[in-house]
Amino acid sequence: MKTFVKILAAGLVAGSALTAVAAMAQDYPTQPVTIVVPFSAGGPTDTVTRLVAAAMSEDLGQQVVVQNVGGAGGTLGAGQVAAANPDGYTLLLHHIGMSTAPALYASLPYDPMTDFAPIGLVTEVPMTIVARKDFEPATLEDLIAYVKEKGEDITYANAGIGAASQLCGLLFMDALGTKMTEVPYQGTGPAMTDLLGGQIDMMCDQTTNTTSQIQAGEIKAYAVTTPERIAVLPDLPTLDEGGLDNFNLAIWHGLYAPAGTDQAIIDRLSQSLQKALADENVGNSFAELGTYPVPADQATPAALKQKLEGQIALWAEVIKAAGVSAQ
Amino acid sequence: MDLISSLALGFSVALDPINILYCFIGVLLGTLVGVLPGIGPTATIAMLLPITFSLNAETALIMLAGIYYGAQYGGSTTAILINLPGESSAAVTAIDGYQMARQGRAGPALAAAAIGSFFAGSVATLLLAFFAPPLARAALNFGAPEYFSLIVLGLLVSIALAHGSILKALGMIVLGLLLGMVGQDIYTGTPRFTFGVRELFGGLNFVAVAVGVFGVAEILRNLENEKEREVGVTVVKNLWLTRDDVKRVIAPILRGTVLGSVLGVLPGGGHILSAFASYSAEKRLSKTPEQFGHGAIEGVAGPESANNAAAQTSFIPLMTLGIPAHPVMALMIGAFILQGITPGPNVINEQPALFWGIIASMWVGNLLLVILNLPLVGLWVKMLSIPYRVLFPAIVLFACIGTFSINQNIYDIYAIAFFGILGYLLIRFGCEPAPLLLGFVLGPLLEEHLRRAMIISRGDPMIFLHRPISATLLGLALLAVIIAVLPSIRKKRTEVFVEDD
Repeated sequence: MKTFVKILAAGLVAGSALTAVAAMAQDYPTQPVTIVVPFSAGGPTDTVTRLVAAAMSEDLGQQVVVQNVGGAGGTLGAGQVAAANPDGYTLLLHHIGMSTAPALYASLPYDPMTDFAPIGLVTEVPMTIVARKDFEPATLEDLIAYVKEKGEDITYANAGIGAASQLCGLLFMDALGTKMTEVPYQGTGPAMTDLLGGQIDMMCDQTTNTTSQIQAGEIKAYAVTTPERIAVLPDLPTLDEGGLDNFNLAIWHGLYAPAGTDQAIIDRLSQSLQKALADENVGNSFAELGTYPVPADQATPAALKQKLEGQIALWAEVIKAAGVSAQ
Repeated sequence: MDLISSLALGFSVALDPINILYCFIGVLLGTLVGVLPGIGPTATIAMLLPITFSLNAETALIMLAGIYYGAQYGGSTTAILINLPGESSAAVTAIDGYQMARQGRAGPALAAAAIGSFFAGSVATLLLAFFAPPLARAALNFGAPEYFSLIVLGLLVSIALAHGSILKALGMIVLGLLLGMVGQDIYTGTPRFTFGVRELFGGLNFVAVAVGVFGVAEILRNLENEKEREVGVTVVKNLWLTRDDVKRVIAPILRGTVLGSVLGVLPGGGHILSAFASYSAEKRLSKTPEQFGHGAIEGVAGPESANNAAAQTSFIPLMTLGIPAHPVMALMIGAFILQGITPGPNVINEQPALFWGIIASMWVGNLLLVILNLPLVGLWVKMLSIPYRVLFPAIVLFACIGTFSINQNIYDIYAIAFFGILGYLLIRFGCEPAPLLLGFVLGPLLEEHLRRAMIISRGDPMIFLHRPISATLLGLALLAVIIAVLPSIRKKRTEVFVEDD
């Protein structure tokens, strides 16, 4: 009961102490830390963030609050954090979209490379190619032949411009040299609802969102997008096995602070992130969702910076070739 | 499945003293955040999620669920007393509830809301226990075309929401639809009506708009003349329902419960429609429709029942399919996952104690809410005796803090100010804010589902007629229009709409 009251108090402070004076770096943190998730609550990125935030709260001794600022393909939340006070109390947990936004948005109000201080990689979530329960093709081979033949007769759900589900679809269609009819939704939640109801044919989404439905037999799964099969769905072939050579897509997640944040705070947060990722509870929960925490040497500012740089270059090419633009 | 033994298992979990305690904490917190305008259950559940670590799964989820339906109760209190709805469903309650409060009948309005909510909550819980899995299956038949047709039906029938001229009502709906267009188009990413302001890319915040056009506008109206200013409620006649009141609320509560239960199951926004739908149904069926908008107790009892029934049945898609009906349900998914339970079709078989425990706890929670709220009616009503010069700055301040806390977006505060002034001007011109909100809520849904249906059908509008559910709903909409224009009934309809002019 005592801890309950304490946490309740911390929660109330989070709501009211918005203008509290920034604390000195060595005392950090002296007030609740907010992690902005640039997507709606309940989605895969949100789930990953909440698991990590809960574990980081314990290590930091302060409540880590998750705040959802969805919209504009994640650029709204990212833009808010870029413009936030670099005091270590406003952080961003963003996925692969951080690296695709410069190619998708002509007028991005921030630069992913210079306006953020990377803290560390969090996880790399595999994606799965799934379809409604009664979709015709039986195997991955059948599916590839079927998609090549039917093309635009197939409806393909995604969570909007620049979403992971759209990027996956782009790569998949590119690899097959065909086009399907894309049906955008506001987030993968409603898209999954329509897939369960058989309203649309196909989707490609992160295992965080699809594993339980696949296991329950509510949707049909054809393949994973990573180079290796995954432990939680061992029967699922990789796209590479299905003949799409070198197909490799994982939704990597990174934690960032606004540029200009004190190095001591960045180091403290990176350390806390590594501890959270080593937490058994986090590891188990991640595994249940079909993913795993990155090793400690990846949850560092340098590793995230390198990843971001490489991915920005990669996606600039893919997106330009596909002719996609958000504006 | 043996329902009796399942329910027995559920009650053995729900009646555990620790679980009753946390259920009480949940509904109490929910009532409090519901009463404070703007601070909604979403923010509260998000802040309290981490403590689910230290509790076991049943206890944690029972408490979080309690916050959610407790807030549905509390939200109606401020709507009735000071015309300040905290969310879309309470906006409907404000229409007649506040008028009742102005006539000194805040007590009966609050009591009707509490009793209606309790009854609806209990019935919806039973429904959840009996029919959850098949209902969830049925709801999946609702795709984009069905939602589009449902909203068309809702809009056409709901024109009854206005009690002024029908032309003004239509104008308000259109204005609401246009305001709903603000923000980024999800299909192309193109920003609309944002004037380059990225904070508007996500659209206008519903709470900010509702607080502005209802709450702030009302305050401005009260302040325009020192002498005529109303001190909330002058005389409080009685706190309890009269025998006549009881007779009048029974049927609306029953109908609201049915409507809310059915619409709450739909994962694509059915719960938003429930209160609006119940209000228009009551007005249509009433022998004295001219009282609506002037303090008809049916207009409080019906929508409140519908809204609470929908709050309970919206757990059906979550608990049986693992899909969230709205942001609060999405947070509940997060809570399940934090407990190591992946919400989905298997929960009912793998975690029967959890599944049935939560269902049984909802009934316990509803009972606790009634015990908690009925004695509070007197207390809330006393709040109205606070001098207005103290009350109104406090209202504005709380509303701004609450609204800002949702997204920490300064444009939401600007929106309160803007819509406060707009709402005041609309009152002066004799226009009703309720249809404006209806258009604002339903407009974006209408567009989203229309365009999605057209993409899926590759541009063939016949999809709306080829699908049986959609065709039926459109048929009902057509029927509603025909009834409205039939000359013999037209005369009566004119009475419905122009009682003010």
